[in-house]
Amino acid sequence: MGNLNLDDSVMTTRLDSVVNWARKNSLWPLPFGTACCAIEFMSMMASRYDFSRFGAEALRFSPRQSDMLLVLGTITNKQAPVLRQIYAQMAEPKWVVAVGVCASSGGMYRTYATLQGIDRVVPVDVYVPGCPPRPETMIYGVMELQKKITRETLMARKEHIERFYESLARQEERQRAQGLSSHQAVREMVLEAGAAGGQQIW
Amino acid sequence: MLTERIDAQLPGAVLDRHAFRGDETVVVAADRFLEVVDFIFAEGFQLLVDVTAVDLEAREPRFDVVYHFLNLVSQARLRIKLPMAEGAAAPSLVSRFKSADWAEREVYDLFGIPFAGHPCLTRLLMWEDFPGHPLRKDFPLDGGDPFCSQDIGASYAPEARTLNP
Repeated sequence: MGNLNLDDSVMTTRLDSVVNWARKNSLWPLPFGTACCAIEFMSMMASRYDFSRFGAEALRFSPRQSDMLLVLGTITNKQAPVLRQIYAQMAEPKWVVAVGVCASSGGMYRTYATLQGIDRVVPVDVYVPGCPPRPETMIYGVMELQKKITRETLMARKEHIERFYESLARQEERQRAQGLSSHQAVREMVLEAGAAGGQQIW
Repeated sequence: MLTERIDAQLPGAVLDRHAFRGDETVVVAADRFLEVVDFIFAEGFQLLVDVTAVDLEAREPRFDVVYHFLNLVSQARLRIKLPMAEGAAAPSLVSRFKSADWAEREVYDLFGIPFAGHPCLTRLLMWEDFPGHPLRKDFPLDGGDPFCSQDIGASYAPEARTLNP
């Protein structure tokens, strides 16, 4: 054995950094497409904009096999509990991108049927503006999410997701105790949060 | 023409008529509607394309229920309007046209017009305990609160109709 120089073959880092590096470069998107943003999303995935370059190549249409929820379009009040359930079913760790103004804030639809922003019912990491946003905008949004993943700690993400599970448990408890539908329970929680001066139920 | 034949066969059923760019519209009294539908079915108008309604708030009777029929042989189209007072029930066409099922439920949901003889007249689009009927002209556009939970009753304050007072 000659002299073994470890300097060339070993690199020290933090666990957070190396795990987050892997996570940010292998996002598995779930396209929850409800409106025209989903059409822009198709363009984003296709060859001209080629979203695969950012490591998010494997689209999955099952929440069980994906970890980045892309909410592409208008979410109605009736759909709010469905969105919560889909987010709950996704593999951990998971992130949410609200694509377009409808998902971010209700957008132009200040109406009786539209949820005024999905962040009332699920935690959102990145908001992408536009109506609909161009594919470049959506790619930039996901690049911002990648930066965010680089910065966060593993525990912070875990606790972030657990807070949502707690709110889901509160919703299910309410459904059981009062015999409500999921829609009624979510509606009551949003209204109570609004009466308390907030907007979010998670 | 068809409207003349309806008139000859069922005198008094057609209250009004007009044609626009080749599409005929007849206004029919609600109590004669099923006879007219039977007649035009025999004439070949065997596809019910859509059922919808118009809220003409100030007019009496308040609503027009609008039916669009297509003649599959001649490709002619016919629009039938039924003037309908608030609370009055239109006759259901489900027994004759399967497509009337969801279309009538949608009109019931959004305008609150009941259909007599419909097998399952429940809301189609809005949730079950939704208050009011959102396509009525006096329904506040934003429903009043984020989840439309208030019982806003049959008529609403005029200022509630605008989102930016």
